[in-house]
Amino acid sequence: MFKILRKRELAPDIYLFEVEAPRVAKTANPGQFVIVRAYDKGERIPLTIADYDKRTGSVTIVIQALGASTRVICSFEEGDSFVDFAGPLGQPSDFIHFDPDKINGKRFLFVAGGVGAAPIYPQLKYLKERGAVLDVIIGARSKELLILLDEIREKVDNLYVATNDGSFGYKGFVTCVLEELISKGNQYDQVIAIGPMVMMKSVAESTKKYSIPTIVSLNTLMIDGTGMCGACRVTVNGKIRFTCVDGPEFNAHEVDFDEAMLRLNMYRSEEQKRLVDIERKHHKCKIGRTM
Amino acid sequence: MGTLKSRVAIAEQSPKERRSNFNEVCLGYNIDEARLEATRCLECKKPKCVEACPVSINIPLFIKHIKSGDIAEAAKVIDLDSSLPAVCGRVCPQEIQCEGSCVMGKKGEPVSIGKLERFVADWTIKNHLELTTKSSKRNSRVAVIGSGPAGLSCASDLAKMGYEVTVFEALHMPGGVLVYGIPEFRLPKSIVEEQINQLKRIGVRFELDVIVGKTITVDSLMEEEGYGAVFISTGAGLPRFMGIPGENLNGVVSANEFLTRINLMKAYQGDYDTPVYIGKNVVVVGGGNVAMDAARSAIRLGSNVKIVYRRSEKELPARAEEVHHAIEEGVEFCFLTNPVEILSDEKGWVNELRCVKMRLGEPDSNGRRVPEPIPNSAFSISCDMVIMALGTSPNPLIINTTKGLKSERWGGIHVVNEFGKTTRPGVFAGGDAVTGAATVILAMQAGRKAAAAIDEFLRERDSKHFNFSSAN
Repeated sequence: MFKILRKRELAPDIYLFEVEAPRVAKTANPGQFVIVRAYDKGERIPLTIADYDKRTGSVTIVIQALGASTRVICSFEEGDSFVDFAGPLGQPSDFIHFDPDKINGKRFLFVAGGVGAAPIYPQLKYLKERGAVLDVIIGARSKELLILLDEIREKVDNLYVATNDGSFGYKGFVTCVLEELISKGNQYDQVIAIGPMVMMKSVAESTKKYSIPTIVSLNTLMIDGTGMCGACRVTVNGKIRFTCVDGPEFNAHEVDFDEAMLRLNMYRSEEQKRLVDIERKHHKCKIGRTM
Repeated sequence: MGTLKSRVAIAEQSPKERRSNFNEVCLGYNIDEARLEATRCLECKKPKCVEACPVSINIPLFIKHIKSGDIAEAAKVIDLDSSLPAVCGRVCPQEIQCEGSCVMGKKGEPVSIGKLERFVADWTIKNHLELTTKSSKRNSRVAVIGSGPAGLSCASDLAKMGYEVTVFEALHMPGGVLVYGIPEFRLPKSIVEEQINQLKRIGVRFELDVIVGKTITVDSLMEEEGYGAVFISTGAGLPRFMGIPGENLNGVVSANEFLTRINLMKAYQGDYDTPVYIGKNVVVVGGGNVAMDAARSAIRLGSNVKIVYRRSEKELPARAEEVHHAIEEGVEFCFLTNPVEILSDEKGWVNELRCVKMRLGEPDSNGRRVPEPIPNSAFSISCDMVIMALGTSPNPLIINTTKGLKSERWGGIHVVNEFGKTTRPGVFAGGDAVTGAATVILAMQAGRKAAAAIDEFLRERDSKHFNFSSAN
């Protein structure tokens, strides 16, 4: 069992959980993820690691209540436990293999959409400590859905915020800000985009025009997360790759996003049905929390 | 009393009934049936069945105890050589092992050794019989990586020898293929759980959600956590795909994914959260036991199912009993057929499998006739789901993260002898991780042999220590 040490509401329906998982914390690196199963009849859900503390043995994840399972998870409180918390999974971000002098003074631009602002945090921390120059664009539908702004501002050189409805920062998509920064003459050695698939796709299209190396962290469907089923397979540079073992980070300009977005919808109707079921039950009892 | 030529019939759910449930097909012998079947054993002086059993269970002796009605005694005999009799009695291909060598099979039917083993094991569970007492404690820790059949049998033997054993498992349930692969209707999960509980009672510790190579490494287990030896039994779990166009379309899944959703995640039960997509017309590609399991699972979820296999019926690698059950349940077979492309509707969902007809050509170096496509024989099968059951290969994770471990070119762990010794001192390996996908019982055999080798390794190490310190 993996105890929830701290729970914090970041935005409506978006929660941060700090979880006691010493083995995961000890070997975690930026870019990796965990698979969480909250309760006995629950499903296995992949979540990117949003922070980790090797000293205290805790790992932070951020969850948005979107579907049936995430809704139940978000009702968990401090002191409750997840039945399973497996990781760290996937390949760490490429830059952890770089020489320190290859990071020092290099300019990175992070583009984060929605809860994608959480997984960029350990990456920013890592790069900041090694002297990188960091620009970040964070986007959300509206002001109240922006998360972790203060934490991120502390780690970066320039922070740009965009909301679709204009309730905070630029009005529009993160890609508009990205295009503007580039057209103003900002030079970047590396762009890293994390967020909804459609957002990562349009970031990839923008940066391809300017030939800026770009990495995306794919959020495909997953079950085991260890390479044994291929539910998370994507086409990268014409080859079948498994996101859970070969990724989750890939060269954005090589990913077949249209296929990946289609595959993400494979269980859309089952998910909708489940959500209705669980909402009906959820009002009466805390479903699934029979341990 | 004359000896019965034919086996005592065993109760099964009728095909019609079982098509709509996941309950076990074979219902097993009751005590009278088991005792009657046991009388068919001739108690050979040089029993061929024992030679043909990969773990050399004393078959005539345990059957003799069944005859006399002493089932507890029979259980003790089996326990000396096998830690998973309830599993092996159900899933071993007995027709090519013990039963295949039984002399009774020469003139009639062989003794139902598997079903008798299963009867004894189920009786043991039902009557809460405690089998093993541990021998004196030994002060060495052994890590077993992976909790499939190889890992469980190795852990069991080592615990019986008195070692402190911890099994590390990546998934949230122990059992490996026994829990995520083989369906409930062939192997009830409660049986696997019982067998694992028996291991816990003799002191085996299980640590779940630990992915060795990610969460921890073999090196850290040996250098930081004080494990004197490690047994790697991580299986061969990576699914293969064909590499044909359309393989990433929605509705195309690996058998591993389909079976994991059903068996491990219980996706077919309404109160579990994991979804599973079920086609109306399902094509399963492949001819092994995994293909049969996937096809028969889909039948139970209401699909029409075709199995597409590139060779002929004779070459099917699946167990005869499973093929027979699949046919009874309504699975259709398309032999000498090979997919070449998967097509989709405008929404990206599979709706057609393009295939070609095959014929068997010249035998290859293994004597197996190689299937080759017949020119201009392309045709289509209309379907809304394709399950790829093409076999699996070992996960490279441990090899890539362990110092001094050599691998084979095809990805298996290289071992230097039949006891699973690897190129790294103190590290042993066995099961599918070494051989590639094989059978449960062969994995168990490898686990047992490695347990013996690990014991020898640790004793030798300790005696060197002892000599060294006494010399000082």
